Amino acid sequence: MQCPKCHAPMHTYNRNGVQIEQCANCRGIFLDYGELEALTRLESQWSQPAPPPPPAAQAYPAPPAPAWGAPHGGHHGGHYGHRRQKSFGHMLFSS
Amino acid sequence: MTAPLLSDLAARARAAAHPHADTCACGAVVTLADRVDATVVRHAGTVAKAHAPDTDRAALTARLTTAARIPGVLLPPLAPAPVPLHGRLVTFWPYGSPVDPGTPDAAPWEAAATLLARLHRTPPPVPLPPMRGPAKAAHAIARLRAAAPHPATTAVLHAWATLPAWTRHEDALPDTGTLCHGDLHLGQLVRQPARTGPWLLIDVDDLGVGPAAWDLARPAAWYACGLLPADAWTRFLTAYRASGGPAVPPDGDPWPALDVPARALTVQTAARAVTKALTADRPLDEVEQCLVDACARMASVPAQLPRNAAK
Repeated sequence: MQCPKCHAPMHTYNRNGVQIEQCANCRGIFLDYGELEALTRLESQWSQPAPPPPPAAQAYPAPPAPAWGAPHGGHHGGHYGHRRQKSFGHMLFSS
Repeated sequence: MTAPLLSDLAARARAAAHPHADTCACGAVVTLADRVDATVVRHAGTVAKAHAPDTDRAALTARLTTAARIPGVLLPPLAPAPVPLHGRLVTFWPYGSPVDPGTPDAAPWEAAATLLARLHRTPPPVPLPPMRGPAKAAHAIARLRAAAPHPATTAVLHAWATLPAWTRHEDALPDTGTLCHGDLHLGQLVRQPARTGPWLLIDVDDLGVGPAAWDLARPAAWYACGLLPADAWTRFLTAYRASGGPAVPPDGDPWPALDVPARALTVQTAARAVTKALTADRPLDEVEQCLVDACARMASVPAQLPRNAAK
């Protein structure tokens, strides 16, 4: 097609799955019906914060644990602070 | 601990270390442990242990014989039989270097699991009494009952009441063919010769025949209560299975086999923690509270049973 403004030829580009036409001369852009909304939708997804990375325990399936155990089966990472480590370290070595 | 026992135990350790000399230049005897149930001293490469006052002589001798007959798994004693001293039975052992309590992250989980698997696969070399794990759990509960009331006592005793009778030392053990250590924790591993030798299991006081899962249940309980990281538990369990340990199926969910003993050891450890906190007149710390919380949750979760367990 030709540019409606300067009548130079327009070239088709694919932007994130949306077909857009851009003028080779004036660089103007022509959007078909719905393409602006599609680009807006893509833009809003792009600006949302990225989903949090899965915790390491989910990257490798946690070993099974009994239902009476600690929440999340005892593999949650936040439990191994210094204080806990000290008390638990002592417990590891006694009957 | 009476002073004559400690000093005479030290003299026995020195004599065992230097059987042909009147004097030595090794320096002082080191006291490794001095508890109600055991006094342990070391002189040079020799350790002498005075066992609990109520120790049965024949049972201890059978346990010593077992340790002597399974080298590479259990630390062999220096002498084949206990000797009496001030009303106590004394045994002699080569010194081995322990796991560093300051770095539990460096704990030899694979070695512990492999040694247990080999122990569990070894037929008892002599007739042995039952392993004493449930007896010690019952003892911890008796002490909790005798102590002053504590806000956590009810939850611990209620969890105890839901356990099968054998775990409460009120019925015969369900397995009398498998050799068990009976009191596995990281203080029960030493390298001998010190620092360079292979890891070996020590402390035969609770050794006997019984359900092998009891020996896996303390690490299992720590993991279940959120105290042991999943990777340490996985390393331990994987090494046990790789060595053909019979306490759990070779793959799949191990918890049908571990659930009951892990509950029992959680309750025992919680009972000990509450008793200690009461004695010291201090609140439960974060780790101790985790154990009590697990006891409170047990009441609402039916126990799992091994697939082929006798009901």
